[in-house]
Amino acid sequence: MPNLKAIRVRIASVKSTRQITSAMKMVSAAKLRKAQDKIVRLRPYANKLHDILVNLSQSLAESQVENIYAREGSPEKVLIVMITSNRGLCGAFNANVVKEARNLVAEVYYDQYKKGNVGFLTIGKNGYDNMRKHKFTIAAEYNDLLNDLTFERTVTIAEKVMQAFTTGEYDRVELIYNHFKNAALQQLTREVFLPVQSVQGDVKASVNADYIYEPGKEEIIRELIPKSLKIQFYKAILDSFVAENGARMTAMHKATDNATTMISELTLQYNKARQASITNQILEVVSGAEALKG
Amino acid sequence: MKIEIITPDKKVFDGEIKSVRVPGKKGSFQVLKDHAPIISTLENGPVIIVDMANNESIFEINGGVIEVKANKIILLAESVK
Repeated sequence: MPNLKAIRVRIASVKSTRQITSAMKMVSAAKLRKAQDKIVRLRPYANKLHDILVNLSQSLAESQVENIYAREGSPEKVLIVMITSNRGLCGAFNANVVKEARNLVAEVYYDQYKKGNVGFLTIGKNGYDNMRKHKFTIAAEYNDLLNDLTFERTVTIAEKVMQAFTTGEYDRVELIYNHFKNAALQQLTREVFLPVQSVQGDVKASVNADYIYEPGKEEIIRELIPKSLKIQFYKAILDSFVAENGARMTAMHKATDNATTMISELTLQYNKARQASITNQILEVVSGAEALKG
Repeated sequence: MKIEIITPDKKVFDGEIKSVRVPGKKGSFQVLKDHAPIISTLENGPVIIVDMANNESIFEINGGVIEVKANKIILLAESVK
């Protein structure tokens, strides 16, 4: 029978842990809501931009527009952008991204990797630490972005990536991040950022009015493509940020539940031990009295 | 007519106005009621709005695109000061 004091100390420590995890859950719930608001605010901009692009590209044959962000042929130099989190305690959130990145290297880009032509760009400290531990070369890290996630700060990174593509430093850029399905579910997503996939959209979405185009259709498209790329980049990071807080909320919720179960088990054990010791003492007193009588 | 000025971070302005002057790529131009449909890219510069009470408000934008159609204006700017 474990002694009473040990159990009491244990209960106290589990209780304080539960307090911490439930506070963390609350914090991530608040952060989740804030981040979701950001996505909602981004949506009108992203949708409208997409509409205009679809509208334009439908009235123009694709080949007419020379696009510096499109390139054909098999990729030689690959940049993998990994979006993880700065802090842990969010379940398998980061591990999934790291695993996917390593699979990608092992299965798809092994030849390029052997030639040393695969670079990693990490956003989030967890991915950075993990890849470094496994001796991968990190081309660049932007871990502090997540501390203050705004469009302007993200754009500077997106611009650097796009510039690296246009100058030929890389000829393929892939993003790996967690897509937010709901608070409990994150979906690991891998998407090709560059070269750009052709703009697609349903015809219905674009109402064909007789627009005046200024300065001209091609120029407008040429200017809008980088804009929409930046939005895509920002959206991925924002998505991952929301998913991170969702993952942490769920993880902390589970931890709190586990702590509660543990406390009730320990309390039961404590009461049993207490009862046993009382019974024991009574037994001693009674048998002592018996002995005196005899 | 109605205008919405939207950036990726927030909606900057949304309301009824009399006119708006924007820094078009080929020179600044003004949009009044019943303007023909137009899509134009914008330079860095001021967007000047005159609202229904004839008050002027100015937004410095950092490049963008404007769409005017059927007295509804949508202005997408990358950032607004």
